[in-house]
Amino acid sequence: MVEPRTRNIRIECLRYAPGVDAAPRMQAWDVPFTDDMSVLQGLQYIKDHLDGSVTFRWSCRMAVCGSCGMQINGIPKLACETFLREYMPAGIRVEPLAHFPIVRDLVIDQSDFLAKLESVRPYLIPAVPRTLAEGPYRQTPGEMDAYYQYSQCINCALCYAACPQYGMNAKFTGPAALALLHRYNADSRDAGKAQRMEIINAEDGVWGCTLVGYCSEVCPKGVDPARAVNQNKIESTKDYFRHLLMPRGSGSR
Amino acid sequence: MSAPHTYTRPIAGWWRRNPFYRAYIVREMTCVAVIAYALELLVGLARLAQGPEAFETWLARLARPWAIVLNCVALLLIAFHAWTWFEVMPKTLPFINVGGRRVPDRAIVAAGAIAAVLASLLVLFAFLYR
Repeated sequence: MVEPRTRNIRIECLRYAPGVDAAPRMQAWDVPFTDDMSVLQGLQYIKDHLDGSVTFRWSCRMAVCGSCGMQINGIPKLACETFLREYMPAGIRVEPLAHFPIVRDLVIDQSDFLAKLESVRPYLIPAVPRTLAEGPYRQTPGEMDAYYQYSQCINCALCYAACPQYGMNAKFTGPAALALLHRYNADSRDAGKAQRMEIINAEDGVWGCTLVGYCSEVCPKGVDPARAVNQNKIESTKDYFRHLLMPRGSGSR
Repeated sequence: MSAPHTYTRPIAGWWRRNPFYRAYIVREMTCVAVIAYALELLVGLARLAQGPEAFETWLARLARPWAIVLNCVALLLIAFHAWTWFEVMPKTLPFINVGGRRVPDRAIVAAGAIAAVLASLLVLFAFLYR
């Protein structure tokens, strides 16, 4: 068996210790790696062999849990599916996800993000709830296709790190939460659209988006948040005129 | 639980950090050419309302070399601006299915761009053979 080739790569990492550092600083190490090693494994090498105090989040190591999102050379990526070999010989710079408050080193405070996900009523709101005896809801492949892509979100928050509008105005509901909202609105089993319209119509709802489009670009799961947000601008406009013409009519607002 | 002591980095200069953001800013900035051309047409309309003499003076001013150069530059910027909006057009639409198959995004972009080119040619021919 041939021994895998080992090389060294320079990994520069943002460090911030709350209560100790007034502002973040950068620290760099030369890390031995093989071609099959991810950026996450590079960080784990640092933590195990060079500096045990380096702090970062990770869990599944296979782009499912959404924990290890970070800025890699300035681009929001999952560290587990980004390979060190791609960054030779220049080296690599890792920083916590942009636009979020830094808790420590690469760990960001996601409380605002999680609150937004919760705020969009992310569950089926059926018109008439089915009883157990009536069996499961049925759906055609076409009906499933209408929302499936939006249901693939892993809540990694890369899209928020990609969104300058969120960076400038943290009140903006943001790409993942609005994509999640649309995932339920687009579901044939759901009748909760009227309840979610208020979130869509709000100043910090879909209208907080200026279609930069980078959210869809960085998504590791092929979700298209920009599409969810921007097609709901049309829904919001239709809703506005519907209420202008029929103030007492059905619908929401 | 008390709120964690955190550090938030400044956002200033964000659009210089990434080629994608720079392209977005170029897209947004080219709208200045659209505004400038709209104002130029508006002035023309006002001159037309003032009478044939005023309108002829306005036309003569536009026929000067630097005005032609500026208008050509504006045309290029507006064409680029229009193209960028056709590029993002699929993002504003729900999925469209024809014969049980989803229409690909590039077909939507191409349809929009082709429609714009045909409409522009129609206007050009109507002007040339009026």
